[in-house]
Amino acid sequence: MNTQQHTVSRRDFIRISAFAGGGLVLGFNLFSSCSPQQGEGVIYDLNAFVKIDTNGAITLMNPNPEIGQGVKTALPMLVAEELDVDWKAVKVEQAGLDTEKYRRQIAGGSGSIRDSWESFRKAGATARQMLINAAAATWGVAPESCTTEKGQVVHADSGKKLGYGKLVEQAATMEVPADAAVKSITSFAIIGQWIPNVDNRAIVTGQYKYGIDTKREGMKYAALVRPPAFGQTLKSYDDTEAMQQQGVEKVLRIDNKIAVLGRSTWEVMQGAKKIKAEWEDGPTMESTADYLRNFRETVAKRPAGNPQRKDGDVQRAYQSGGTKVFEAVYEAPFLAHNTMEPMNFFADVRADGVELYGPIQTPERTRTTVAKLVDMPEEKVTVMMTRMGGGFGRRLMSDFVEEATLVSKAAGVPVNLIWSREDDMGGGYYRPMCTYRYKAAVDADGRLTAWQHQSVGTTGSPARAGSFPAGAVPNLQVDAQEYKTPVTTAPWRGPIHNFIAFSEQSFFDEVAHAVGKDPVAFRLEVLDQAKQQPTGELEYDPDRFAGVIKKAAEMAGWGASKGPNIFQGIAAQYSFNSYVAQVAEVEKRDDGKLKIKKIYCAVDCGIVVNKSGAENVVEGGIIDGIGHAMYPELTLTRGKPDQVNFNTYRMIRMAEVPEIDIQFIENDIAPTGLGEPGLPPAGPAVANAAFAATGVRLRTQPFIKSGLFA
Amino acid sequence: MKLHINGHVYDIDVPETTSLLDTLRIYLKLTGSKYGCGEGVCGACRVLVDGHATPSCITPVASVQHKEVVTIEGLAKDGRLHPIQQAFLDEDAFQCAYCTSGMVISAVALKNRNPRPSRQEIIDAMQVNICRCCAYPRIMKAISNAQS
Repeated sequence: MNTQQHTVSRRDFIRISAFAGGGLVLGFNLFSSCSPQQGEGVIYDLNAFVKIDTNGAITLMNPNPEIGQGVKTALPMLVAEELDVDWKAVKVEQAGLDTEKYRRQIAGGSGSIRDSWESFRKAGATARQMLINAAAATWGVAPESCTTEKGQVVHADSGKKLGYGKLVEQAATMEVPADAAVKSITSFAIIGQWIPNVDNRAIVTGQYKYGIDTKREGMKYAALVRPPAFGQTLKSYDDTEAMQQQGVEKVLRIDNKIAVLGRSTWEVMQGAKKIKAEWEDGPTMESTADYLRNFRETVAKRPAGNPQRKDGDVQRAYQSGGTKVFEAVYEAPFLAHNTMEPMNFFADVRADGVELYGPIQTPERTRTTVAKLVDMPEEKVTVMMTRMGGGFGRRLMSDFVEEATLVSKAAGVPVNLIWSREDDMGGGYYRPMCTYRYKAAVDADGRLTAWQHQSVGTTGSPARAGSFPAGAVPNLQVDAQEYKTPVTTAPWRGPIHNFIAFSEQSFFDEVAHAVGKDPVAFRLEVLDQAKQQPTGELEYDPDRFAGVIKKAAEMAGWGASKGPNIFQGIAAQYSFNSYVAQVAEVEKRDDGKLKIKKIYCAVDCGIVVNKSGAENVVEGGIIDGIGHAMYPELTLTRGKPDQVNFNTYRMIRMAEVPEIDIQFIENDIAPTGLGEPGLPPAGPAVANAAFAATGVRLRTQPFIKSGLFA
Repeated sequence: MKLHINGHVYDIDVPETTSLLDTLRIYLKLTGSKYGCGEGVCGACRVLVDGHATPSCITPVASVQHKEVVTIEGLAKDGRLHPIQQAFLDEDAFQCAYCTSGMVISAVALKNRNPRPSRQEIIDAMQVNICRCCAYPRIMKAISNAQS
């Protein structure tokens, strides 16, 4: 392999810096940045996203962190579409944190495509227009008479053609057009195709470097000993044995933790196990049973007042003549994120600045946090994001980056801090634990007249005030309260939605069955009510919501018998501006146990950018949703996690994966979120199918504890 | 001690109890095999030892001295990918892809001993490998469709 020098020679006379499309830098003229390559051409940056080599090679920059959601492929696809290049000839590079160039650099909230749809295409179109203008000037023709064709500008009248590489030097001197037009949806050639992830070949040959693979000259590996239970503080420690561990070089106290530094991961982890530490309990050292009891008592009481949403009067509706009232309590446990790549980060704190390198979903916020931590201005802190071995919300937090920073600072060396699996599973930032009480009323005509949600959980608010059926019910009240605990929690794939969909969609199913209505028909009826006569604010579009429910029902052959042992359940959720409905099919075996056979899933996320990526994340979301509804829970005994590795925390594996059929609703609506929306309906669809099969209502996760499943 | 890895012989001086995984990752700079659990229960660190898929995180390096070790980096021959690697590419069977190395190794070991595995045989061979992103259907498809 030969290494190429890539010297960036930024010229001094930047003439124009055009900002458009929400602050994206659409041009850097003049000769804003060009990079000579040994024995090759010169690379010009036409804007923050597009680099073209005079030899014709095209490099597109991906600004957002890649966590497996596919943005490193999908975002450059948006640019490539409008630039009009052959996707197969494009190279994609990960950009480091540079918020002056790239407005938004975060992986979270299923937002990358939603937020980039207009601006990234505009960036591609602008670069294309600059190339056209350069060609037109060269040929002495009007730019309007030129067009492009996969990396070339073409003048049809004269038959002249010039490749982008031949034009880029001149294009970089052209004025940056503010009004470059984007393509019409019908002429897309790249968007909507099935395109594999750009890193695949490096991954499948073991060449791709994740954060955990980072190794630098003079770098030490570091492990941390942290409090075994939430709420504990470090009293004292003895490192005699740890220092005798081969490969361990240094032990340091870092606030409430102890850092062990040395030459290899395994050796520092062994050293960490040999630290003898004494910990002091805090004032609240609660166990799972304490939370459960406390939460049940809380939701049994009248809400404290100050509802998040109040439409009409639920109490009056309950008392109305001929009305049936239903009530149920649902519970969801703590869950670990369990990214396969445990938390890790490289930090090099020097007198003149800090270099951070590793897997982080929130590089910008992390830079701010670290700059404060070391008391340096933000521009002294550089952040480069590696492809992540999973995120699921865990890497929105930057606790492990802060730890790496403090260890590097204290030890005076660059470090790669690596959490063991036990650190990772036992170290917190869990999906919050919550309890919900629902109450609903159906009047004598079978109309849903009241809906009440009352919840408590270890998060700011366990409720979503606008969630279905809000807006469709004349009387609705949502009350939620936070329970303070030393147990750290964080967004977890499909935050709030992941457990609210379970409780809400299951309770809705309960009500439907209780009044003898078909769960699909009842949902459509309520959505029609939202459309015809909405109450209060309506977050979702009832037609699109109904559309996915109808589609999933049609795909599943809802209502038609599929044999005496096959049962179905439906659930649907609107999240991150997308609509997803799923029908779960379970089989009742001869021994009476259930097996999840198939999931039919309909998705309306607007335009699908990458068919492969879209299907992949939805499929993964469904299985993730089933897996976490079915198998694991993170329990605590006096603040100490009972499960710290995969031998006691059950993850879904290949044998438990059902058949999955996914269809996307085709429309020309701008794309909406997709990394998360596939997950929330899966659990309740299974719970509702289980009820259809057994008459037993699953109100507590994980479902495996019910004994219903094989 | 002498190690046979990916067709090369390495003479390496590390403590005998060092895990094979650390030896590969830290000293030989073969970082394709990943740390996932340290207990041999997630599959991310699997390598071939005399053709068997083996968790390198709980394998002391001294125990493989006279054996053939093949890691993800050693599967391609003369730039030609192993059929399992090619099948993963064809199906785009990746999400975060941190588990991929171990998945590919498990699948290669299976195909070596059973060129035409049934669906159930694939499940049995892959059951130790966790894919946290749950790209399981595509991984299954890749292994089923891979040429023998």
